[in-house]
Amino acid sequence: RVSSDGKPEKFQPPPKPVIIDKQKQREERRFLSPEFIPPRGRTDPLKFYIERKDMIQRRKVFNIPEFYVGSVLAVTTADPYANEKASRFVGICIQRGGKGLGATFVLRNVIEDQGVEMCYELYNPRIQAIEVLKLEKRLDDNLMYLQDALPEYSTFDVNMKPVSHLSHEEVPVNKLQVRMKPKPWSKRWERPKYNIKGIKFDLPEKKMKEAQKWSQPWLEFDMLREYDTSKIEDKIWKEVSEGL
Amino acid sequence: SITGACRAIQKLTRVRVVDNSALGNTPYHRPPKCIHVYNKTGVGKVGDTILLAIKGEKKKALIVGHKMPGPTMTPRFDSNNVVLIEDNGNPVGTRIKTPIPYMLRRKGEFSKVLAIARNFV
Repeated sequence: RVSSDGKPEKFQPPPKPVIIDKQKQREERRFLSPEFIPPRGRTDPLKFYIERKDMIQRRKVFNIPEFYVGSVLAVTTADPYANEKASRFVGICIQRGGKGLGATFVLRNVIEDQGVEMCYELYNPRIQAIEVLKLEKRLDDNLMYLQDALPEYSTFDVNMKPVSHLSHEEVPVNKLQVRMKPKPWSKRWERPKYNIKGIKFDLPEKKMKEAQKWSQPWLEFDMLREYDTSKIEDKIWKEVSEGL
Repeated sequence: SITGACRAIQKLTRVRVVDNSALGNTPYHRPPKCIHVYNKTGVGKVGDTILLAIKGEKKKALIVGHKMPGPTMTPRFDSNNVVLIEDNGNPVGTRIKTPIPYMLRRKGEFSKVLAIARNFV
């Protein structure tokens, strides 16, 4: 082509193709382990800062994977009384409690028709390996009702193979409704204080209505109980990601 | 009337016998109950001996698991498990299918019971 003033036009390179990398878009999802978030109270934040430094130190040496309540884990611990000095326990995580270095998680499994629950401390030096065999979430934060559910919902094969999970995808939510053994249960799970969505209640309508008598609908609007953790989480996330 | 399940083992708790002995497995119209705990406090934890009343007889037994949550890194079972034992410490049954906690190995007197156990937790 000849431009208006007779000289050959300067070479214009074709426009570069814009690659929309969907993987980088989804990397926005970040997971901060719940024991990093300090509880609401009047303690000096210096205490939490020192604890977080120790937790980051431990995490540099030992990998604690991301997991939620409802995922199946396998934990190997060093035991002086075990045969090969190491014991392995596979189970579903039913509860995560504690903050800071004393954070615990409870694994449940049914072995030979006997339900066993093991409470492990995340930062205990006796733990040698934590593997996530199946990463998934459930409808509730606390699966203690599995003790009163039919044992098939808590049985997991000890030699089960890890189910692969792509890191950029969202964590799948298992919307399983669990069937319970006949009453009496260890706790009255139908009451609204436990707020359980993962049970298929076979109770008559009369009992469900009677259980709603103990509901406290004003708690949801109580401003003194509010604890907004978004800003705290952002700060702690920056600290933790710099440390690791 | 039936009381709620006792979490640790004390007098009059109903227990579940876990080995394959004849005394423990033959059905009887009353469940085996604890009548004495060989302990300074009357509360029995894993590794304590208790006196059991089974089928109208008194028998000593070893607690291998209870419903009460213990220290972290120890297992908590869904039923109060017990293994029948003689006075000299020999187990009555020949096999134990249910899982047994590792911490029983600490005291050397239960080595014969641990030898017949199949699974450990």
